[in-house]
Amino acid sequence: MTEANIVLEAKGITKQFPGVLASDNVNFDLRKGEIHALLGENGAGKSTLMNLIYGLHKPDKGEIYVNGKHVVIHSPKDAIAGGIGMVHQHFMLIPVFDVAENVMLGDETVKNGALDHNFVAKRVTEISAQYGLDVDPNALVGSLPVGIQQRVEIVKTLYRNAEIVILDEPTAVLTPQEAEDLFRIMHDLTARGVSIIFITHKLKEVLAVADRITVMRAGKVINTVKPAETSEADLANMMVGRNVILTVDKKDHQATEEILKVENLTVRDQRDLETVHGVSFSVRGGEVLGIAGVQGNGQTELSEALTGLRFPTGGKVTIAGKDLTSKTPRNITESGLAHIPEDRQRHGLVLSYSIADNMALCDYYYPPFSKNGVMQPKALDENAKKLIEAFDVRTPSAFVNAGKLSGGNQQKVIVARELSRPGVKLVIANQPTRGLDVGSIEYIHSEIIKMRDRGIAVLLISAELDEVMALSDRIAVMYRGKIVTIVDAKKSTREQLGLWMAGAHVETA
Amino acid sequence: MQPETQKKSSVSQFIQVVSETSLIPFLSIVTAMLIGGVIILLVGGNPIIAYMGLLEGAFGSVRALSETAIWSTPYIFAGLAVALAFRGGLFNIGAEGQLAFGAVFSSLIGYALPGWLGFDLPMWIHLPLTILVGGLAGGLWAAIVGALKAYTGGHEVINTIMMNYIALNATSFLLNGPMKDHAPLNVIARTPEIAESARIMPIFDGLRIHWGFVFALLMAFFVWWLLNKTTLGFEIRTVGLNPDAAQYAGINVKRAIVLTMLFSGILAGLAGTVEVTGLNYRHELGFSSGYGYDAIAIALLGKSHPLGVVLASFLFAAMRNGATRMQFLTQLPVDLISMIQALILLFVAADAIVRYIYRIKAKGERVTLTRGWGG
Repeated sequence: MTEANIVLEAKGITKQFPGVLASDNVNFDLRKGEIHALLGENGAGKSTLMNLIYGLHKPDKGEIYVNGKHVVIHSPKDAIAGGIGMVHQHFMLIPVFDVAENVMLGDETVKNGALDHNFVAKRVTEISAQYGLDVDPNALVGSLPVGIQQRVEIVKTLYRNAEIVILDEPTAVLTPQEAEDLFRIMHDLTARGVSIIFITHKLKEVLAVADRITVMRAGKVINTVKPAETSEADLANMMVGRNVILTVDKKDHQATEEILKVENLTVRDQRDLETVHGVSFSVRGGEVLGIAGVQGNGQTELSEALTGLRFPTGGKVTIAGKDLTSKTPRNITESGLAHIPEDRQRHGLVLSYSIADNMALCDYYYPPFSKNGVMQPKALDENAKKLIEAFDVRTPSAFVNAGKLSGGNQQKVIVARELSRPGVKLVIANQPTRGLDVGSIEYIHSEIIKMRDRGIAVLLISAELDEVMALSDRIAVMYRGKIVTIVDAKKSTREQLGLWMAGAHVETA
Repeated sequence: MQPETQKKSSVSQFIQVVSETSLIPFLSIVTAMLIGGVIILLVGGNPIIAYMGLLEGAFGSVRALSETAIWSTPYIFAGLAVALAFRGGLFNIGAEGQLAFGAVFSSLIGYALPGWLGFDLPMWIHLPLTILVGGLAGGLWAAIVGALKAYTGGHEVINTIMMNYIALNATSFLLNGPMKDHAPLNVIARTPEIAESARIMPIFDGLRIHWGFVFALLMAFFVWWLLNKTTLGFEIRTVGLNPDAAQYAGINVKRAIVLTMLFSGILAGLAGTVEVTGLNYRHELGFSSGYGYDAIAIALLGKSHPLGVVLASFLFAAMRNGATRMQFLTQLPVDLISMIQALILLFVAADAIVRYIYRIKAKGERVTLTRGWGG
């Protein structure tokens, strides 16, 4: 390949968000007519990089070249003018408009003061035929299946003469059949000279369609490889790799009686698709069971079903001998659950509440926090002061709103609240350290191990393989809604786990 | 981190919060009055005389003060109703209908109960009972909307508006038919007068101001206490701010929604009840003159805080009450006041305008009053 073939190049792109280095000196290039996959976990910096290229954010440092020319992209308008189109994960379509109207939106063609629907419809039909997209310009967008809506988005970019198309997690919303169709369309596009950046965290897809694969983690480019030279296990390793040297000081565990027992649990997600297929496992007191797996393999729904945020469709959940299937979060919490939720800002905190209120968010209704239905501010304050000190939350006072804290300190507020509750028998920690700084990660890890050493059962769900390996006594690998195997953490290797996470079969010993 | 910074907390923070939240409403009022003044000039009036008349009409005499307090009483109740719902993340547009039902059912108990029983009731039974029934009538009417929201996802904005139609037309039917005052020569759609034992007493002889005004102030304090000091209030606020976190925290979100609407409706119902028992001694069609809708404005202007609601109610009451005096002095139409009220709200709602005019930087998080149409 010669230099002239490079249609888009990003050099040394750096972007700092408050508390996160979202893009760290990233170099990336795209050649004409190729599908270049950008692979990484959520929060790895893929979307940030694309938003920088598409003009939604401005880089702090670095340069972008389109067709060899240095460009400064201030807004999506500039990006579109430069021949860059983007299909967002959440479609930007108006359901009550027809396809042609959606396509011309923001770039309307006017004839005699009225919208020239016929002209646009004709262009849509042309584009559709040229790239095998099969889109009817007169169909109402709201009535189309998701896969076709996505094609409308692609038509939108082509209508604006895009030569570079960015697809952000395009398969996340598609059925396997629709995904196959999309891959065919992607090849049709590249055959006609369009270049595609394909953002995903699904390994199989990347190997199936990409010409080159760039793996990102924690804002950095880890490597760029060709599918023929790599494997799912390699990619998984690069994705979840060791961004922190995790050293957790822990003694041998003393597992006691069974605390959490899950039998044949099935769970459906909000689209009513079954994402957990009959999972069974148990966690005993004094041990950490880690669930490893690439994101989106049912871990979220599993933890929601265990904590009462979502009703399972089948199976049984028992905590300390008590049947808690389909019980409310309060029932489960009162039976001894401490839950560190996956999304701390959505579930774990009320951002406009003070730290003191947040530290009693689940416990506000009983003494000492309230008496006869009346809150006791003194008890709330004392509790907060105690926990702020014990869990080293960096804040000027207990009255500060949780929203004003850094991510690490927000997470410490949750950890402090959950782990300090009396009568905890089981801890479910879902992505407990996602997006945090090293100091906070180490601190939270040590707190989790302390719980285990006190004889409490811990279920750790994490997409960070190193975290799972460092903390767990046993490791369960989850793939496509099933637990493929449960192994002794000491006897497992990251290579073997990576293979299982990628869907390799478990040889029966 | 430092202990001394912790000390400064409560009092100075309270003052800071109050001044920050009341700044925009205050500037909105000033700006609206200035624009109103320009309009008065344009139509050939004298804004100074007009506003002096307004002040005089609202506060110029003991009688004027009494009348302003009377105006403010239903405003406070209805404003609290809307504010409470806001705090729970719900937009109660239905205060008008809940208020009408409060008025209808409190009148019914007020005039008919002794007849049903066949003997007169002592005031200490009859009056509380009348108030209770009036409040509950509004509360249950609103709770239906809460239940629809909680269990079917039906949006409360649509449903409260629909329930308004039903309530207002049902009221019209009742006042023209079954509950109509059968006094000879009566042609007005109104109920008979309620019994003496169901009336709230005036505070002073010779003035119309009645104990319902004090009741309203006590209720404002109660709502503040409920929201900020009780576990139920904590639940309502948590659901209003972050329903996902509320669910995680074990709060029964559906129950909280129904209760929020119930309490909101009770407050709106009391607005109607107090007008019946304290002022008019009967319900007459059309007495409300849009208290339920003004209440939305008052809650907005008061930033959904009970104290803010009381202050905003005073302002609206003073403007309504003073307008007549202004009209008498300047021949300017009373409608001018509605225009100024609308401007105040416009500035409060679109606070970017006020921030731009007075060069105030936006600070802190935005307060989201409701959660949009998706619910």
